[in-house]
Amino acid sequence: MADDMILSEAVRHERPDPVETERKMSAVGVSVWYGEKKAIDQVSIDVGRENVTAFIGPSGCGKSTFLRTLNRMNDTIPNARVAGRIELDGEDIYGPDMDVVQLRARVGMVFQKPNPFPKSIYENVAYGPRIHGLAAARADLDEIVERSLQRAGLWEEVRDRLQESGTALSGGQQQRLCIARAIAVDPEVILMDEPCSALDPIATAKIEELIHELRGRYAIVIVTHNMQQAARVSQRTAFFHLGELIEYGETSEIFTNPKVERTKDYITGRYG
Amino acid sequence: MSPLAIFFVIIGLGLLGWISARTRASAFAGVGEAKGRPHSLPAYHGWYVALWAALPALLFLALWAPLSSHLTMEAVVKSPPAATLPAFEMQRNAILAEARELAEGTRTASFNPQAGALAETYKAAAVRYDLMGTVASLLLAFAGGAFAFSRIGPAFRARTRVERLVMGGLLVASLIAILTTIGIVLSLLFESLRFFSMVSPFEFLFGLDWSPQTAMRADQAGSSGAFGAIPLFWGTIFIGAIIAMLVAIPLGLMSAIYLTQYAKPAVRRWMKPLLEMLAGVPTVVYGYFAALTVAPAIRDFGRMLGIAGTSSESALAAGLVMGIMIIPFVSSMADDSLNAVPQAMRDGSLAMGATSSETIRKVLIPAALPGIVGGVLLAVSRAIGETMIVVMAAGLAANLTLNPFASVTTVTTQIVQLLTGDQEFDSAKTLAAFALGLVLFIVTLLLNIVALRVVKKYREAYE
Repeated sequence: MADDMILSEAVRHERPDPVETERKMSAVGVSVWYGEKKAIDQVSIDVGRENVTAFIGPSGCGKSTFLRTLNRMNDTIPNARVAGRIELDGEDIYGPDMDVVQLRARVGMVFQKPNPFPKSIYENVAYGPRIHGLAAARADLDEIVERSLQRAGLWEEVRDRLQESGTALSGGQQQRLCIARAIAVDPEVILMDEPCSALDPIATAKIEELIHELRGRYAIVIVTHNMQQAARVSQRTAFFHLGELIEYGETSEIFTNPKVERTKDYITGRYG
Repeated sequence: MSPLAIFFVIIGLGLLGWISARTRASAFAGVGEAKGRPHSLPAYHGWYVALWAALPALLFLALWAPLSSHLTMEAVVKSPPAATLPAFEMQRNAILAEARELAEGTRTASFNPQAGALAETYKAAAVRYDLMGTVASLLLAFAGGAFAFSRIGPAFRARTRVERLVMGGLLVASLIAILTTIGIVLSLLFESLRFFSMVSPFEFLFGLDWSPQTAMRADQAGSSGAFGAIPLFWGTIFIGAIIAMLVAIPLGLMSAIYLTQYAKPAVRRWMKPLLEMLAGVPTVVYGYFAALTVAPAIRDFGRMLGIAGTSSESALAAGLVMGIMIIPFVSSMADDSLNAVPQAMRDGSLAMGATSSETIRKVLIPAALPGIVGGVLLAVSRAIGETMIVVMAAGLAANLTLNPFASVTTVTTQIVQLLTGDQEFDSAKTLAAFALGLVLFIVTLLLNIVALRVVKKYREAYE
C-alpha cells in the first residue's frame, strides 16, 4: 500500500502530458531468439516522435533485448536472430538497403553502466562527429562538443577540464557524458537501457531532469525497472512480461488504471 | 649399512609410525565422545608421528653422508702408513683415491703399492663411521617417533602441526627458485668483477672494437684482445629489438586483431592454438631454418641488389626468423589485452555508428595499448636473450654496421663462442662471457620489470 501512495504521488506531481504524436519508429510482430531460446515473442509497438516511451517489466522479461533490436545492437551478439519488421520513418531497418552504421547514427544508445571511452572528455564527445565526418573544421567540432555537453547538462561542470579523462568523472557525470556523446551525432531517437541503475538518487534525478529537457528534440525510449521513474519521465509506457508485450498505453493510464490483470499485479508489487 | 639402505629403513619406520599412530587415534573417536569429537582426524596423527620419525633422521643422514666421507679421509691421512705418502698434492690425491676405490670394491688390483696398504685403513675407518651414522640415524628415528607417539591424544592438535609443516615445505619450495636466481646473479657478479679487474668497465661498455683473442701462453704470438662490446650490443639490438620487432609487432598485432575481432569462434578455436604452437618449436629448429633456408635466399637477394658487404650470415636472416618466432608472444599478449577491454567500450563505439575497424583503431587499440606495449617489451627481452637462431644465422664478425645484409654478432653468440673455446677459465677471454651475461641479465630484468608494471597498471584500470 505504501508503494501505491508514493507512486500516485509521483504521478500527481509530475504527471506527464499524454501526447499523441506522429510515429517515429514502429515494430510489427517482432520476435528475437538467442540460439534456441525465444526471448521476444511477437511484439508490435509504435514509438512517438516527441514522446518519452518507457519499457517496464520484471528482470528477464525481454525489455532490454527488444530495445537493442531498435538500433540493431543485437547484431553484435553471435546467434541472435530477429524476425518481424521494424521501421524508422517507414523504412525497414533490417532491410537490405539499410546501412547499420547509418542506422546507429540516427538511433543512438545509452547503456546501463556508464561506458565513457578512456579518452579525454572532449574526445569522448567528439568521437561520433569525427567518425561520421560531421565537423569540417576544429571550430565546428568545438561547437558541437560544447552544444552537446550543454544539452546533456554537463557543460558547466566540465568546461574547464575538457582535456581530463572521461573515466575520472563521477558515475552520474559519466552517464551524462555518454548522453552528450550520443547526442553529438544528432540522432533522431535515443535508446536508454536502464540509464540510472548504476547511479545514486541525486545523479538519477539529474538524468531524469535531462530526459525531460531532451524530450521533443529526440524520440526517447527508456528501459527501466524503476516504476516511479517510468511514471515520472514517460508519456507512454509498455509493460513486458516473459518476452511478450502485455500492455501499452499512456503512462497515466497504465499506472492508475491498467486494463490487464498482470499489469495491475506488477504495478501494485504483487510480483517482479 | 649404506646410506640408501638406511634411507629405506627410516622410511619404513615412518610408515610403521603412521600406521600405529593412525590405529591408536582411530580409537579416540569412541573415547572422547563425552567431550565432543577429537581435535584431529586419525590420519593427521599418523602423519605427525611419521614426520617426526622420518624427517630428523633423514636430515641427519643428509648431513652425515658428506661429513663421514670427509672424516674417513682424515682418519686415513692421519694413520701411520700415510706418513710415507709423497708430498706432492696430485700424487698424494691419486693414491688416496685409489685406496678409496680399493676399499669400496670398485677396483680390484692396486696400481700403487702404497694404495693397497692404505685401503685396509680406509676400510676400517669407513666401517667405523658408517656404523656410527647408522646407529645415530636409527636412534633419531626411534626417538622422534616415540616422542611424537607419546604426545598424541584426543585433544592433541596434530592437524595444526602437520599443516604448519606443509606450509613450511611450500615456503622452502618457493624459496628455492628465488635463491637460485640470487645465486646466478652472484656468480655472474663475481666472475664479472674478475673480468673487470683485467679490462676496465669503461672500455668494455663503450669500446668500439671487439676481438677477444688473447694469447694462451706467455710466449705465444697472439693478439692481446680487445673487449669493446658496443658492436655486440648493437648487433643484439639490431637483430632482436629492430629487425625482429619490425616483423613481430605488425604481424602479431594484426593476427591478434583478426582473432579477437573478426574470426568466427570456430576459426579461432583452431587458429589460436596453431599460432601458439609456433612458440613451442625448439629454437634450434628455427636456427636451421634461418641458416639453411632464409640466409642463402637473403644473400642472393642482397647480391642481386648489388649491396656491398652482403654475407651468407646476415642480420636480416636472423632477425626475420626471430621475428617469426616472437609473433606468438606479441599476438597472445595483444589478444589478452584486447579481450580485457570491456565489451561496454565496444558496444559504446558500435552504438555511435562506428564500424568494426573504426572501433578497433580508435577505441580498442588505444585502450589496450599499455598491455600491448608490455607484451612487446617482454618479446624484446626474449628476443635479445635468444641464442640458437643468432648462433646459427647471425655470424661471428663483430661489425658495427647498419647494413642488414652484412654479418653482425650478438651478445649471446659471443658468450657461446667465448665459453666453448679451449682457453683457461680465468683468462680475460672466458671471463668476458660473464660480463656479457651480466649486461644481458640486467637489461632483460629491467625490460621485464618495466613490462610487468605497465601491464599491471593497465589491468588495474579496468577493475
